[in-house]
Amino acid sequence: MLDQVLYAIPFLLPGLLVTIEVSLITVAISTVIGVALGVGLVYGQWPLRWAIRGFSDIIRGIPILVLLFFVYYGLPLTGINLNNFAAAVLGLTIFKIAQVIEYVRGAIESVPRGQMDAAKSIGLPFHERLAYVIAPQALRRFLPPWLNGVTDAVKGSALISLLGVGDLLFGIQKVVGRTYEPLALYCFGALVYFALNYALSLASRALERRFSYIRE
Amino acid sequence: MSGKPTGATPLLRIKGVQKSFGSTHVLRGIDLDVARGEVVTIIGPSGGGKTTLLRCVNFLETYDRGSITIDGAEVGYRDGEARKRRTETDLARMRAETGMVFQLFNLFPHLTAAQNITLGLTRVRGLGRAEAGDKAMHWLKRVGLADKAGHLPSELSGGQQQRVGIARAVAMEPKILLLDEITSALDPELIGEVLDVVLSLAADGMTMLIVTHEIGFARDASHRIVFMAEGTVGAEAPPAEIFSPNQPNERLRSFLGRFSAAHRL
Repeated sequence: MLDQVLYAIPFLLPGLLVTIEVSLITVAISTVIGVALGVGLVYGQWPLRWAIRGFSDIIRGIPILVLLFFVYYGLPLTGINLNNFAAAVLGLTIFKIAQVIEYVRGAIESVPRGQMDAAKSIGLPFHERLAYVIAPQALRRFLPPWLNGVTDAVKGSALISLLGVGDLLFGIQKVVGRTYEPLALYCFGALVYFALNYALSLASRALERRFSYIRE
Repeated sequence: MSGKPTGATPLLRIKGVQKSFGSTHVLRGIDLDVARGEVVTIIGPSGGGKTTLLRCVNFLETYDRGSITIDGAEVGYRDGEARKRRTETDLARMRAETGMVFQLFNLFPHLTAAQNITLGLTRVRGLGRAEAGDKAMHWLKRVGLADKAGHLPSELSGGQQQRVGIARAVAMEPKILLLDEITSALDPELIGEVLDVVLSLAADGMTMLIVTHEIGFARDASHRIVFMAEGTVGAEAPPAEIFSPNQPNERLRSFLGRFSAAHRL
């Protein structure tokens, strides 16, 4: 069994890198856009709030696989042709943005209203109230779900093998196709995913501890 | 308190201010002037609009009608133009001229006592780090908390937190200080230390508009007391007149009666 795993490793390495790459891109882009839209959802004028609310509700109501198929197979009908890698990243990112929006909303709303009042009363303009008063306190509430979401992104990225993107799962399936040893290889694949996510959750616990000193 | 200050034009002028929350008419046309160096205290039953009025003065609440000016400048709305909201930068600049101390302290929990004070000094007043730090220490000393400069709010008692709250507001050198029921959330034995700080600021000539349920304090600290009920000013007079047994306003008499029954005045 060990032989089969050792044999497979060189074939799986490129897939593992693709899984990490897709996860990183998805998390980075969705965090930047999701934070901006989340702030818009809480503080924006009503047309903006409604638009963001609608986007988030719709996306979160669609299974991620449907979203991936829509982007890859559906969008070409409107003239937007994406290769499978781009379609995979776009689908996962859209899905993740909707989640990040909700993490941000929840985190900001967990900060007592009086904090905004106090920040206003010393004359801080909006962006400084956000940067120096709200964000540092909201961060503590934002981190746990967001870090959870990062592991979700790694796990969810396995779906992109269905678009033919050569990620870790895709690599495993190719080797299984040649060796007919599914048990050993899927066990090994599960172990690799687990190791990746366990490392992430250890990092997340350390981060949470780092911010636990903020108490109301 | 003696020596009522006299000023040609009032520092704060509230004229015909009205405010509704939905169908509830909270402020029904308030007129109130506060002169430079004057301490004015608003008393009255809960739900009478006292806190809302105070929050309108630094535009934490919008007002529907009337005008509020500080040093002649309209708060919240642009001068001349009819009820056009000031820009965000403009509003921030206006708010820096009024200091506010809150019932629930509202200290920034992620910052130390000193940092709570320096945030506004560096970001809004543009002071350098060292200068802001010196100023924060000066005010912490003044409220008796020099040794707590590096403590987070969660490490301070309620009374200490509120004294930092006062230091944070006055360090900005506002033209007027607004105190919103600043002792209501405190244990009885901690109230004195906070009120002492307010009295010492009054002695310095700080202009203050105070909302409080501490009737005894209102009597001792104020040049003038305003009785507010149901969104209107019911009575407005120096403490001696307000507490006079011949006070003509029946609502005020019954309000004070209930208080003197509960507390020894």
